[in-house]
Amino acid sequence: MAKKKTIRTIPQERTPMREQAPQARAKNFDEVACGYDVTEALREAERCLLCPDEPCVAGCPVGIDIPGFIRKIGEKNFRGAYDVIAETNLLAAVCGRVCPQETQCEEVCTVGESLEPVAIGRLERFVGDAAIREGWVNVPQIEANDFRIGIVGSGPAGMACAADMAKAGCEVTVFEAFHQPGGVLKYGIPDFRLPNEVVDAEIENLRKIGVRFECNTLVGRLFTIEQMVDELGFHTVFIGTGAGYPTMLGVPGDSLNGVLSANELLTRCNLMRARDAAFDTPIPLGRRVAVIGAGNTAMDAMRVCLRLGAEKVYCVYRRSRAECPARAEEVHHAEEEGIEFHWLTAPVAILDDGKGGVRGMRCMRMALGEPDASGRRRPVPVAGSEFDFDADQVVYAIGTNANPIIGQTSRLKLDKRGYIATDESLATSMPGVFAGGDIVTGAATVIEAMGAGRKAARSIKAYLGLRDPARPAAGQTLFGIDLGERNFVRLRAAA
Amino acid sequence: MDPGELSRFEIVTRQDFSDVTYLLEVRHPLMAKAAKPGQFVIVMAHEHGERIPLTIADFDRSRGTITLVVQAVGKTTREMQQACRKGTTLHAMVGPMGIPSPISGAKKVVCVGGGLGVAPIFPQARGFKEAGAYVIGVLGFRTKSLVFWEDKFRACCDELILCTDDGSAGLKGLVTEGIRRAIDKHADIDEVVAIGPPVMMKGCAEATRPHKIKTLVSLNPIMVDGTGMCGGCRVKIGDQVKFACVDGPDFDGHLVDFDDLMTRLRRYTQVERAAAERWSAHCRMKDLADPAAPAVELLELPDPFDDVKGG
Repeated sequence: MAKKKTIRTIPQERTPMREQAPQARAKNFDEVACGYDVTEALREAERCLLCPDEPCVAGCPVGIDIPGFIRKIGEKNFRGAYDVIAETNLLAAVCGRVCPQETQCEEVCTVGESLEPVAIGRLERFVGDAAIREGWVNVPQIEANDFRIGIVGSGPAGMACAADMAKAGCEVTVFEAFHQPGGVLKYGIPDFRLPNEVVDAEIENLRKIGVRFECNTLVGRLFTIEQMVDELGFHTVFIGTGAGYPTMLGVPGDSLNGVLSANELLTRCNLMRARDAAFDTPIPLGRRVAVIGAGNTAMDAMRVCLRLGAEKVYCVYRRSRAECPARAEEVHHAEEEGIEFHWLTAPVAILDDGKGGVRGMRCMRMALGEPDASGRRRPVPVAGSEFDFDADQVVYAIGTNANPIIGQTSRLKLDKRGYIATDESLATSMPGVFAGGDIVTGAATVIEAMGAGRKAARSIKAYLGLRDPARPAAGQTLFGIDLGERNFVRLRAAA
Repeated sequence: MDPGELSRFEIVTRQDFSDVTYLLEVRHPLMAKAAKPGQFVIVMAHEHGERIPLTIADFDRSRGTITLVVQAVGKTTREMQQACRKGTTLHAMVGPMGIPSPISGAKKVVCVGGGLGVAPIFPQARGFKEAGAYVIGVLGFRTKSLVFWEDKFRACCDELILCTDDGSAGLKGLVTEGIRRAIDKHADIDEVVAIGPPVMMKGCAEATRPHKIKTLVSLNPIMVDGTGMCGGCRVKIGDQVKFACVDGPDFDGHLVDFDDLMTRLRRYTQVERAAAERWSAHCRMKDLADPAAPAVELLELPDPFDDVKGG
């Protein structure tokens, strides 16, 4: 038995993750962050004190046994580490990449009180990638019940809900309008942040636990939510269709041919693979591209344009850096790659090149005024500050509105903004129909959508009368079954 | 729902109307059940293909099929012309998309189809007939050899005005001439529905505007997903911006900004043309290797500003 670790005996510095150099990566779609190798993972695992109060577990939205899997990594039992994670989370490779760990598990890490916290997300990714590489999958021995669950949308909310319901023994069918499942993980997030192969591998794992994916199915139009319940025999339905419907700026020149939404640009590039000559979908290639907005989607759009060969890519945002909604890491990466930021700048018109295209933008300088409803200081135009700006392509990444299709085709109650109205448990106005993710809250993050999918799964189990121990105290048992074992998973002994 | 009920998108019928126009009847029982006049599908020919919107030209609930009429104009549609035979499958077909056309309680309607628009106007004409309206069909083709579905239309129209550019069949002139004749003869037309190239629909809207006859047109801009997610299909309707895929595809013809639509349809013209040329050259290379294969002629891509009469 090794000596007990203390804050003084562990490696003091957090193990850095290797990244592609900015100049090189700005020209390819390979992942920016390369992931830990075995030595790096072992070194970082060594930094975990395995402290008894485990604040990180409480900090994780899905309650992964974090010290448990890190201990297995330390023992070089990587398969064992995967088994621990898979008990609660089937999407380790995705979550390890896109979760904002800095505000969740890592924020409350005990080591973080005196040093940099343990790089939990990087370790999770290490395990998730190893599982994909080695083809590990834990098919739980599921006791099947007769319940059939229909899930509308195969993005993060739908995937998370599907995983939980399948593990609870239900027959789960996920409907997707696109020709491939994955939703925003596929069409939205570019490969250099989350490779599509990783998403495909996670979807394959869901198939292995019995989830069925039906693509090319536009629910609402091919059949309605009402029909799913009344005619197609689904006992409950979960709607996780996302927000969609991109916002246009509403300035003169909006409809010019060089102007497009970030959604369109990203879909053409990521899902339709327009950047690959073997694929037919065209993509507009700007030389000087201005992206309006400074959220994570804007950062993705800018970095995609750079990789597609743009000479100059600008970020135009009406507030200042402090108010920018993107993760600090994303802004930092974009800056490193050579994106030029224009804070406190707002477009007032897109300028016509006389042939239906864009020759530039007319912008205005802004100043920060009093805080608005969002608590951020409101941008106010500076009189007489108009100036012109050369650009031949403009990308709007200024948010999305509710997608109207479900509203148009069902009696579901919507809120004032057109999103689906739900109660605390994510139940909609129709019995047996639940909804979660962006179609309820408006645009948010991948992990929040996953959280909503899992929350809905808990509500669906309660609605169907499926018993869920919902995080009882550790060690508590009922009829000899550990109630801490979530979602009735019965894992086969690791091979 | 049975697992087999969702389609493999098998082509059960292929019919050629001319060198460039062909019909595909695709098996999809669920969609045949759901489809209504005015809706469209998005098709992918193969795994590497692009997603192209096509208006549903007919649906047969008893046979469980969806009929599409395609004009071979770009790389994708010409590739499909070669590859899509009876018994083959499409990679993807999703729909029915868009808000169905309101088959209103109109008593007397004119259904106008020009070129490619002839096929999708058919379910509307039939829908109006079934709703008890007096239906006047106006169909436009370039020349007699391109005419198709005349019998289908005769079966559901009370009057049919056939127009050809060269006068080789029916009236000599454009569909707008046909509309004028119909208006002259009937003072009580409630509604005009027009589907065809943008410039034709623009002409139809101008022909009815002085008479203040309600005119619906079906817009088919460039789309990716067809579910309201990308915004590529945005169109100007009066002072509003709408997405044709989820807010349409039918709009009030008197409010549509057709010039904006035509400009936006040209977004990828250069790329498309280059792709079609590359594909053509590739086919010719194969032809050299196989002297028996017929030569592929490169068609000029239609410019949305052109008065395409198609067929």
